[in-house]
Amino acid sequence: MEANPQNDSAQTEDSLPVIEPGYTFGSITDKISSIVLTGRTPRFWYIGFALSFILVLVLFFCIAALLAVGVGLFGIMIPVAWGFAIVNFVWWIGIGHAGTLISAILLLLRQKWRQSINRFAEAMTLFAVACAGLFPVLHLGRPWYAYWLFPYPSTMGIQPNFRSPLVWDVFAVSTYFTVSLLFWFLGLIPDLATLRDRATGRVPRFIYGMLAMGWRGSAIHWQRYEMAYLLLAGLATPLVVSVHTVVSFDFAVALVPGWHSTIFPPYFVAGAIYSGFAMVLTIAIPLRKLYGLEDFITLRHLKNMGMVMLATGMIVAYGYLIETFMAWYSGDLFEKYMMMNRMFGPYGWMYWLLILFNIVIPQALWIRRLHTNVAVLFVIAIAVNIGMWLERYVIVVVSLHRDYMPSMWGMYSGTIVDYAVFAGSIGLFVCLLFIFIRVLPMISIFEMRELMHEEEARSE
Amino acid sequence: MATSNSEKIPLYGLMAEFASPETLIEAARQAHAAGFRRMDAYAPFPVEGLAEALGFHGSRVPLIVLIGGILGCLGGFLLQYWVAVIDYPINIGGRPLNSWPAFIPVTFEVTILIAALSAVFGVLALNGLPMPYHPVFNVERFELASRNRFFLCIEATDGQFDLENVRRFFESAGSQGVYEVEP
Repeated sequence: MEANPQNDSAQTEDSLPVIEPGYTFGSITDKISSIVLTGRTPRFWYIGFALSFILVLVLFFCIAALLAVGVGLFGIMIPVAWGFAIVNFVWWIGIGHAGTLISAILLLLRQKWRQSINRFAEAMTLFAVACAGLFPVLHLGRPWYAYWLFPYPSTMGIQPNFRSPLVWDVFAVSTYFTVSLLFWFLGLIPDLATLRDRATGRVPRFIYGMLAMGWRGSAIHWQRYEMAYLLLAGLATPLVVSVHTVVSFDFAVALVPGWHSTIFPPYFVAGAIYSGFAMVLTIAIPLRKLYGLEDFITLRHLKNMGMVMLATGMIVAYGYLIETFMAWYSGDLFEKYMMMNRMFGPYGWMYWLLILFNIVIPQALWIRRLHTNVAVLFVIAIAVNIGMWLERYVIVVVSLHRDYMPSMWGMYSGTIVDYAVFAGSIGLFVCLLFIFIRVLPMISIFEMRELMHEEEARSE
Repeated sequence: MATSNSEKIPLYGLMAEFASPETLIEAARQAHAAGFRRMDAYAPFPVEGLAEALGFHGSRVPLIVLIGGILGCLGGFLLQYWVAVIDYPINIGGRPLNSWPAFIPVTFEVTILIAALSAVFGVLALNGLPMPYHPVFNVERFELASRNRFFLCIEATDGQFDLENVRRFFESAGSQGVYEVEP
C-alpha cells in the first residue's frame, strides 16, 4: 500500500477517489480488522503509548495534589478566577464537535467521504469530551461535591439554580457525552460482530462476542438499525450546535466587557468545528501513514477537511471583525477599552499571535497546491490547534483581568500545575486514542463495504 | 446417539449462501413470491431493498423515538418547574418563579437525551438483542456473513417448508451452497 505522490499531484481534485479501486468486501474487512486482530503490536504503538501514559501519570499526580492541597495550586486569583481550567474546558469541548459534525451532519448531507473518517472522529469526540469534563470538576475546588450540580432529593433541602448557564452546561455536556457514546457504540456493533467472527483466540472472541450482543446481520435488523442511526444523526445535529452555544452562554450571559455579546453562540460553534477539524487532521495524517491506510483515508478526505477548516475559519474571522467593530460602534467606554487592551495591552502579543495562527496562516488553504499537500495541511492543523487555544485564553483571561474598576485590575499567569494538568489532559487524550486504535476498528468496516458497493454500482 | 437425536430434533431451517447482494435480493423476492413468510436474510452491510423484498415494511423505531422525545421534553421542563416553583422557590427581585425562557436549554438537552436513549435501546429491543445464542451461528460458513457473504434462511416453522422443495428452490435461485441449520 504505497502512497503515490506523483499520482496525487497529477490528479485533478474532483477526480480524487473516496476509496482506492481494487478492493473487495473481503479484502476491506481483512485489512481493517487485521490492525486489531494481529498478534504483533507495532513498535511505534508502544513508544506512543508509553510517552502519553507518562503524561497521564503526571495528570494523576496533579489531580492528587489538587485534591490534597486545593485549587490554590492553579494560578487563579481575583480578578481572574477562571484561568487555564476554563480555557482548556472550552478548547477540548470545541475539539469534540468535529466528530459529531462528521458522523451526524455529513451523514444527513449524504457526504460519502465521511465514511472512512467518522469512526475515529467519533472516538476523538468522546475522548475530548472526557478531557473537557475533567476541568470544570477540578476547578470546583471541592470536586467530591460535583454531584451537587444535579437536582437530587438532598437532605440539605436545596436545589440547583436552573436559571444559571453553569447548570445548563452540566446538562449540555453530560447529554453530549452520553449521546456521542451511544452513537459511537451503535456504529460499532456490526464491526464488533465482524471481529467476533474473525478473531482466533478464545478470549478476544468472547469479549467481542459479548460486545456485539449477538448481532447477526439480519436484513430486518439492518433496516431498523439504519433508521435508528439516521434518527440519532438528526438528534445529534441540533445537539452539537446547542452544546457550544450553551458553553458560550457561560460568557455571554455575564456582564463582563468582552463576554457580554450576542455574536458569541454562532462564533463559538464555528470556532469549535474549526478546531475540531484541525484535530481530526492532526490525528488522521499520522495514522494513515503509520497504518498504511492511504487507500481508505485518501487525499480527497484531507482536502475536504481542509476546505471545512477554511470555511469555518472565515466565520471565526468574521466573528473577530464584528467584535472589534461593535466595540467601536457601541460607543461604550468599557467595550472600547476592552478591545484596545486586548490588542495593545499586556497580553496584546497573544491576540496578534492568535490572528496569525487562526486567520493568516490558514489562508494558504485557498491555494490548490497547498491544500492537496499533506505536510502543509498538517502544519496548518497544528497552527489552528494552537490558535484556538490562544483565542480561548484571550477571551477568558484578558477579558477578566481588566473590567470596570481599575482598582480591580490584576495580572494572571498559569503555574506549573496549570501547564502540567493541560499537558496531562493531552496525554490522556492521546493515550485513549492509542488504546482505541489497538482494540477497535478505527475505520467503520461495514460502512466501507457499503461505500464500495455503491461506488461499484455507480461505475457500472 | 448423535444420529438418533438428529432424527428427533427438527431443523431450525435451511440456509443458502449467495455471492452478491443482487442475487440475494432476487432470491428473497422469489422466496416471498413463492409464499414463504418465516425467513430472514443476512448481509455484511445494509443492502437497500432487502428488507422490503422479504416483505418487511416500516419499523416502529421512529414512533419510539418520538415518544421518547416528548417524554423527555415534558420531563425536563417539569423537573425545572418543580425545582424552581414548588420545591425550592427563590424570590429574586420579584421576578416570576416560573421563568420558562431560562428553562429552555435544559428542556432541550433532556429531550435529546431521552430521544437518543430510546432510539438505541428501542432498536436493540425490537431486534431482540442482546441474544447470546441463535441457531444460524451453527452453520460454519455463517461467520462470513460479517465479511463478504450473503445468506438467506427459510425457517422450518414456515407453513410451506419442505426440505427438498426449499433445497431445490435455493439451487434454482443461484445459491452457492445450501446448509441445514441445527436448532
